[in-house]
Amino acid sequence: MKVAVVTFPGSNCDYDLYKAVQQVGGAPSFIWHRERGLDGYDVVMLPGGFSYGDYLRAGAIARMSPIMEDVVTYANRGGPVFGVCNGFQILCEAGLLPGALIRNDTLRFESRDVFLRVERTDSMFTADYEAGQVLRIPIAHGEGNYEADKDTLERLEAEGRVVFRYVDADGAVTDEANPNGSWHNIAGIRNEQGNVLGMMPHPERSMEPLLGSTDGLPLFTSLIKSLAAAST
Amino acid sequence: MSHYQLEIRVKPRPGLLNPEGKAIHHALNSLGWSGVADVRVGKAIYVDIEAASEEAAVDAAEAMCRKLLANPVTEDFEVALMGGTGGSAS
Repeated sequence: MKVAVVTFPGSNCDYDLYKAVQQVGGAPSFIWHRERGLDGYDVVMLPGGFSYGDYLRAGAIARMSPIMEDVVTYANRGGPVFGVCNGFQILCEAGLLPGALIRNDTLRFESRDVFLRVERTDSMFTADYEAGQVLRIPIAHGEGNYEADKDTLERLEAEGRVVFRYVDADGAVTDEANPNGSWHNIAGIRNEQGNVLGMMPHPERSMEPLLGSTDGLPLFTSLIKSLAAAST
Repeated sequence: MSHYQLEIRVKPRPGLLNPEGKAIHHALNSLGWSGVADVRVGKAIYVDIEAASEEAAVDAAEAMCRKLLANPVTEDFEVALMGGTGGSAS
């Protein structure tokens, strides 16, 4: 699995993604945002961080980077694209995912473990999870409050495109379990075709028992298995 | 070409939660401005631009808003002419 990890000025989870890909036997490469061309890559990943200092809006300036034109083309051709945290914000700004991520309703930067419920396992990103499985994965963001217009939100739910939701330890969707005010506790969504996934929590930081959780690992193993199955 | 100074106001969509505005609203209430019913925070962006006419300058600024400066999901925008040398013979 050849993975392009796109880095922007201000990305800071790029090495975490790189390591996570290596851990499941994939072959990651860093692609600088000014570079062009994504041919030959099996997956493109956009890491977390604070690209361009989050100026204007989180992800708004990174989305104008030269490489993003290729990311859009790649995604529109059905190539798998995965955005974490700032990567999710960039995907929304680029129009590859609907909606926007605005300031947390707590007005705080939320940096802690949260519980997530896996809503969809019929996805190349989540096939190795159990439906309804509750994960413990960290978040670290100030703008993770998912918003969209009413029609978009209704469509996301109706089409089963909410992939992860913030829940309590028992898997219940509650206001208390929602760290940022996201509509319907949305933590991660996919596009219509299912090849683009964006999420605010950081599965790439939940890969080793030493770091407190391995709940991110199945996301990366899912990808590698789906791609292996697709190429045989 | 003339020089124009524009103020671009990027405003949060009505009805959408505006956490910054809510915090300021509480602060104003607690300072005694009990009549404040709502506060929303947007941003103002000041752009100096060379353009053929006032209309061209405003058109360019509106295009900038659609492309980069405002997010249509959460924000509205308006462009106001502040000043400049526009209108003088050049």
